[in-house]
Amino acid sequence: MNPVVNDFSIRIATPNGTGSQTSNIVIQRALIQMGLIASAKNLFPSNIAGLPTWFQIRVSPGGWQTMNPQWQVLLPLNQATIGRDLRESVPNTVVIENSDWKTADSEFEGLCRYSVPFDQLARKISNAKLRPRLKNLIYVGVVAQLFDIPMEKIRGALQTVFPGKEAVVDLNIEAAQIGFDFAAESLTKQDPWKYAAADQVGDQILLDGNEAAALGAIWGGVSVVAWYPITPASSLAEAVEKHIGRCRDSDPDGRNRFVVIQAEDELAAIGMALGAGWAGARSMTSTSGPGISLMAENLGLGYFAEIPTVVYDIQRVGPSTGLPTRTQQSDVLQVAFHSHGDTRFPFLIPACPIESFQFSCQAYDLAEKYQIPVIFLSDLDLGMNSWMSDPLPEPENDIHRGKIATDEVIARLDDWGRYKDVDGDGIPYRTIPGITLHPDAAHLTRGSGHDENAEYSESPEVYEQNLDRLARKIDGMVVDLPAPIRQDGDSTLGVIAYGTTDMAMREALESLEQKPSYLRLRSFPFHDEVESFIDDHEQILVIEQNQQGQMAQLLRMHFPQLAARIRSATYYGGLPLSAGFVKDSIEQPRRVEA
Amino acid sequence: MSEEQKKPATNALGLAKSEYKGGPSTMCKGCGHDRISEAVIQASYDLDIDARNILKMSGIGCSSKTPAYFLGNAMGLNSTHGRMPSFSTGAHVANTTMSPIGVSGDGDSASIGMGQFVHIIRRNPRMVYIIENNGVYGLTKGQFSATADRRSPSKRGAFPREASIDLCGLALELGATFIARSFSGDKKQLVPLLKAALSFDGLAFLDVISPCVTFNNHEGSTKSYTHQKEMGVTFHDPHYVSPQEQIDIEYAEGELQEVTLHDGSKLLLRKLEHEFDPTDRNASFAALQQTRNKGEVLTGLIHIDMEAESLAANAKMTREPLATLMQGDLRPAVGVLDRINGGFKI
Repeated sequence: MNPVVNDFSIRIATPNGTGSQTSNIVIQRALIQMGLIASAKNLFPSNIAGLPTWFQIRVSPGGWQTMNPQWQVLLPLNQATIGRDLRESVPNTVVIENSDWKTADSEFEGLCRYSVPFDQLARKISNAKLRPRLKNLIYVGVVAQLFDIPMEKIRGALQTVFPGKEAVVDLNIEAAQIGFDFAAESLTKQDPWKYAAADQVGDQILLDGNEAAALGAIWGGVSVVAWYPITPASSLAEAVEKHIGRCRDSDPDGRNRFVVIQAEDELAAIGMALGAGWAGARSMTSTSGPGISLMAENLGLGYFAEIPTVVYDIQRVGPSTGLPTRTQQSDVLQVAFHSHGDTRFPFLIPACPIESFQFSCQAYDLAEKYQIPVIFLSDLDLGMNSWMSDPLPEPENDIHRGKIATDEVIARLDDWGRYKDVDGDGIPYRTIPGITLHPDAAHLTRGSGHDENAEYSESPEVYEQNLDRLARKIDGMVVDLPAPIRQDGDSTLGVIAYGTTDMAMREALESLEQKPSYLRLRSFPFHDEVESFIDDHEQILVIEQNQQGQMAQLLRMHFPQLAARIRSATYYGGLPLSAGFVKDSIEQPRRVEA
Repeated sequence: MSEEQKKPATNALGLAKSEYKGGPSTMCKGCGHDRISEAVIQASYDLDIDARNILKMSGIGCSSKTPAYFLGNAMGLNSTHGRMPSFSTGAHVANTTMSPIGVSGDGDSASIGMGQFVHIIRRNPRMVYIIENNGVYGLTKGQFSATADRRSPSKRGAFPREASIDLCGLALELGATFIARSFSGDKKQLVPLLKAALSFDGLAFLDVISPCVTFNNHEGSTKSYTHQKEMGVTFHDPHYVSPQEQIDIEYAEGELQEVTLHDGSKLLLRKLEHEFDPTDRNASFAALQQTRNKGEVLTGLIHIDMEAESLAANAKMTREPLATLMQGDLRPAVGVLDRINGGFKI
C-alpha cells in the first residue's frame, strides 16, 4: 500500500466535558511542531458536560484550513454517537475503536479497524486520582504511533498547553506513552495515512479570531468594555480583559486606564458602551444573535444621536436561540438596517485572524470619525476555531479621534451646531462633556427629533434634512472602509463571498479548471468596485452561509439594474463551510435560486 | 438703593442662581417635577457647582424630559426608556471627574428599567439617581405604574390589580449605599438631601414623591399632595454643611447625628420623636416596614453606608478621564505586539 502523506483528516468523537479537548489540541499542536498547517474544527454542543462533541484535524498539501466534510480516520470514543459516527464514515475509513465496549461487529463492515482496549490501558496510569482525565492522552499516543507523530512533538505540544509545568507534562506523557507502546506492540499498520515533517508553518502563529479581534480592540484604543456572556462572543471580551492590563500602561498611580464591566444583559451592555462613547471614551460591546437583537433600540439611538461605539457580532445559527455553538452568516440584513426607522449601519467583515485584528483596530477610528456605532461582523468559525496565521502586524495608522468640537473649534467655526454639517461631508463636530466647555456647546443629546443645534424639533423639514445628512455621511464612509478584493478569472461567471466563506472559496477555485472571477466583500456600504464587478460578469453567484441569501438580497437592493444576474448558493446547516460545497455550487448549481 | 444692592446675589463662582436654570418647562402647571428641578438648581447653586462638570442623564417619560429644564450649561443625554442607568454607568466610567445626575420616573425605573435599576445599585457608580415618583404614566395619559398602591384608585375609580413596589425597600434589600425619600413639595428636606447625594462617592438614590396634577392628584390617591402632607413622616431634619462651613446651629446633647461624607462635607440629622440611626441597615428596614404598616410614607435619609466601595474604586480605575486619552496612552508600545505574537507561536 502506497503511503499517503500529510493529506487527511482525523475526526475524534468524545463526550463534552471529559477533558478530551486537551488531547485534541495536543495532536493539532504536535502536527504544527512538525511544520504542518494543522487546521482544527471544534464541533461542540451547547452543554457543559455529557453531550457529544467532535474535533476534526485536517492536514493538506495546500495548507487549507477549511473543514473536509469527510474524514479518513475516526476515533469514535463516545458511546452515545458511535453508531452514527461509524455509519457516516465512508468505506475504508480508519477506525480506532475502544475494544472494551460492546459494539456490533456489523457496524465496522468495510472500515479499517484498530481495536484498542482503552479502559484496560487506563488502569496502567500511575496517578489514580487523575486517571479519568489523563485517560484521553492514551489515544494521543495511539494516533502518534499509527501516523508517525514523534513522541517528542507530543511533549513539545504539551509544553505549549501547560507552559512551565513539567510535572503535569510528564503525567500526560506517561499516559500518551501507554497508548503509543500498545499501538507499537499490538497493532499492525494496514492503512496508507501518515504524517511527515514539512515546512508549511514558517513563522505562523496559532490563534482564534476572537482573540485577534480583542487585541485589535486594545490596539484600537478601547478603554470601556461592557459585555454580557453569550456563545460564541464571550471569549472576545474575556480576551480583552486578559490582555489589556498587560498591554496598556497604568497611570502614574498604578491605576487602570480601562474598565471592563460584565453587564446584566445586552440592553445594558450596549447602553454602557454608548454612554461611554457619548462621554468621549473608546468603547465596545460584544455579542451574538440574541444579543444583537436586544441591542436594536439602543443602536437606533446611537445611529440617530450620532454616538460612536464598536459592536462585535460573532454570528451563530439563528433565528431564536438557534444552534448556539454552530456557525452562520445570517445577521447580515439585521445589522445592515438595525433598529426601527430608517437606519443603515456600517459593518466590517473579517475573513481571517489578521483581518480580525486590523478591522477591529480600525473600527474605533471609523466609529469616532463618523460618529456612529460600527459593527464588526465575524462568526463562530472564525471567532472560536483556532487558525494558523501570519503574525499580527503593527497598525499602519495612528489613532485619530475624528472631529471634536473643542472650544477653539467652536470659536473658529462661529456658527457651530452639534449636528451642523459645517464641512459638507455630513459629519458634524462632536462635543465631549467636560472637555467642550464653550458656553454655546451645552445641549441635551436625544433620540427624539432634533435640529442642527440639538434642540428638540418636530419640524418635517428639519427631520428630513437630518435623515438625509445621515445618509450622506454614511455614503461617504466608503472611502475609509476595507475595499473588496477582486481576482479575475477566465469565465463569464463572477462569484462573490465574504467572511469565512473565503477560505472554502479559495480552496475550491484552486481545484477548478475554468476559474470564475472572485470578489470578496469586506465591508458595507458597498464600494463602487462591487457594482463594476457585477457589471463585468454575465452571471453572479453569491455564496454565503445563511438560508435567504442575505448578502445577495442586499446587493440586488443596491444595484437593482443588475439584480437579474445575481443568483445565490447558500449553506446554512451550521458546520464550517467546505470547499466541496463551493465547488459543487459553481459547477452544478444546487440550492441555487434566481 | 445703591447700584451694588441691585445686582443679584452670586455664589463663590460668581454665578447668579438664574444661571443654573434650564429651558422653559413643558410640564403641566403645578407638576411636582418642576419643584424637583428647582431643588437641583438650588443645590447646585449653593454648592458652587460648575454645571459643565455635571452630566444630566435620563430615560423616557415626563421626568426624563426635565433635564432640559435645569442646569442649562450642563451636557445631557436623554437615552432610551428604562436605560438611563446603563448610559449613566458608561458615561461615568468614561470620565469619572464628571458628576452624573440621573433623572428617571417610576415607569422608567420600576417597570421597563427595573433590571437596570437593580443592577446599577449592585454596581454602585458615583452618581445621583433621582426617581420622580408619581404612580402613573403621564405622557401616555394616566395608566398605573408599578409604584401605584393597590388602595390608590385612578381618576376613574379603578384600582391597580398588581402589588406596588417600594423602591426604597427594594434598594435597601439590594445593598444600596445611599437611600433617601423626599417629597417635591418639601424643599427644606429635598435640597439638603440632594447636596448630600452630590457629595457622596457611590450611587445616591432619591425616591421623590412628585404628584402628577393631571392624572394622580385626586382624593384617594396615595401619590397626591394632600396624601403626602397628611401621611408623610420623617425621623429627622437634614442639614447639609459644606467642608468650608462651620457648624453654627445649636443642638441639644444627643439630638444630632453627624454623617461625614466623602468630600468632607457633613450631613447633620436632627432627631425628631423617634430614635433612628440610618447607618444601621436593620434600623432602616424596621423604619420602612413600621411606617408602611401604618400607611405612612417615610421620608428623609433612610440609609447611608460610608464604607462601601464605588465602582471606579472597585475597578481600580484611573482618576484621569478615559475620554481624553490619546495615542500615547491608548496604544501599546512598539514591541508589545511582538511579545503577544510570540505567545501564539506553537
